[in-house]
Amino acid sequence: MIDAADRAGGAGMLPSAFLTPGSSSFTEFLGAHAAHLLPGGRALPPGTVPEVPHGTTIVALTFDGGVVMAGDRRATMGNLIAHREIEKVYPADEYSCVGIAGTAGIAVELVRLFQVELEHYEKIEGALLSLDGKANRLSSMIRQNLGLAMQGLAVVPLFAGYDLDRRIGRIFSYDVTGGRYEEHDHHSVGSGSVFARGSLKKRWQPGMTAAQAVSVAVEALFDAADDDSATGGPDQTRRIYPVVGTVTDAGYVRISEDEVGAAAASAVSALRKEVDAR
Amino acid sequence: MTMNFYVSPEQQMKDRADYARKGIARGRSVVVLSYDGGIAFVADNPRALHKISEIYDRIAFAAVGKYNEFENLRVAGVRYADLRGYSYDRADVSARGLANIYAQTLGSVFTTEPKPFEVELTVAEVGQTQAEDQIYRISYDGSVADVDGFVGMGGQAEQIQTALGERWHEGLSLSEALVLAVELLARDPNGGQPTELGPASLEVAVLDRLRPRRAFRRLAGSLLERLLAPGDPTSDVPRTEDARPGIHDTLTGNGEASTGALAELPNIPPPTDS
Repeated sequence: MIDAADRAGGAGMLPSAFLTPGSSSFTEFLGAHAAHLLPGGRALPPGTVPEVPHGTTIVALTFDGGVVMAGDRRATMGNLIAHREIEKVYPADEYSCVGIAGTAGIAVELVRLFQVELEHYEKIEGALLSLDGKANRLSSMIRQNLGLAMQGLAVVPLFAGYDLDRRIGRIFSYDVTGGRYEEHDHHSVGSGSVFARGSLKKRWQPGMTAAQAVSVAVEALFDAADDDSATGGPDQTRRIYPVVGTVTDAGYVRISEDEVGAAAASAVSALRKEVDAR
Repeated sequence: MTMNFYVSPEQQMKDRADYARKGIARGRSVVVLSYDGGIAFVADNPRALHKISEIYDRIAFAAVGKYNEFENLRVAGVRYADLRGYSYDRADVSARGLANIYAQTLGSVFTTEPKPFEVELTVAEVGQTQAEDQIYRISYDGSVADVDGFVGMGGQAEQIQTALGERWHEGLSLSEALVLAVELLARDPNGGQPTELGPASLEVAVLDRLRPRRAFRRLAGSLLERLLAPGDPTSDVPRTEDARPGIHDTLTGNGEASTGALAELPNIPPPTDS
């Protein structure tokens, strides 16, 4: 198959899709010029999809002046651990981040596309999209993926960001049809989300600092891993800890491994104390 | 009743070239020049309609001529670069590829369309060292030149080009480069008094070699004033971003505190890569 970039580079002038004015969207441009590069733009062959890696639990919660998002590091393929250090929380642009649960391959492709989409808009318009604008773009990208979702290749992201106008952190969840729902305070997606959500409900409180929010997020993932085999707990032997990022008015910052490791260690030792007290 | 006269191809091409050249010479000039820490872009352009802009991580674009035509080419360039970076990798987007595609496009418009584009473009990519900087100048007819160090386009292009040839040298600091560019842009072509060109009537941007990932920043405000002021010790851009939350495409020198958190937006590794 000839790649679109090659076609553009090979024969003569830029194809007309490049020179058509009016759109600031990279996905719209891809749809017009190279639809096969869109996750939802490829026709699926008949038959069933073989077992592929799935990503699991993501949590997000707001704190005073921002939002924190955390994801465990496990990808599973049926009863197997497909990958023990996959990263599922990514910065989408400077003021937002996205965490992914579902079919890992398609989810990662979607995140990459979303990152390019936001940067593309920024370069063409010379301005940032509003947080609601970004959430809606992601929504339409998931909607295009519905055909794949019906074949069992669903992607369900969690989107969070800092709203520069309202100066608060906000969280958005999605369903496979592209439905977009704003969540208040905290939310979780993925196979361990039931347990993580229970933990978040009890531990979240208004007016937390960023550091408190990080440890609540790490604890919620620890609780999810305790009851859900597809969620990876903190791996102290290999020093593999959840990916945790905060978004505030200073932008996206990934929390250092040491800090997350310390939060995970305190969750582990709290449980050990309970066990020892028996 | 229409009458068809024979026009020789030589004459046809010459007419088109004259037409394009006249259109380009009507506008004001743009100077692109390499300095020790990157590549600087300076335009006599007080308007919000930019002549200089970012294309990709290490690549920027400057143009003179008709705005609607070069804006169209700029958007095409951003699409080309983003598509290439998305389908291969961010490292695989190069100024050379982009210059080629612009040359092909301008070349075929020049020969096949009823009206040639009245534009001249520069595509520049900042390298690891000044010797690795790449600057390409692309003309209305699709001819490309790989230039060494500097370009003057539009308006009084030839005079500026000649002066740059005499006075530009490798190792200029940013403030020296900007002062030189502004002096040449302000010159009166007829030898009269130079025009006043303050920071407010200039569009200035840099590709900063030391910035990770996205190297393009516009310069404005007190930072630009300090860089242009004779005797001021400011000779390069700060490595931090403006503290103001929002888009970080401009450095104004006001409250440099933010870390530019997304300076290193990662390339996402494939999920099964161990």
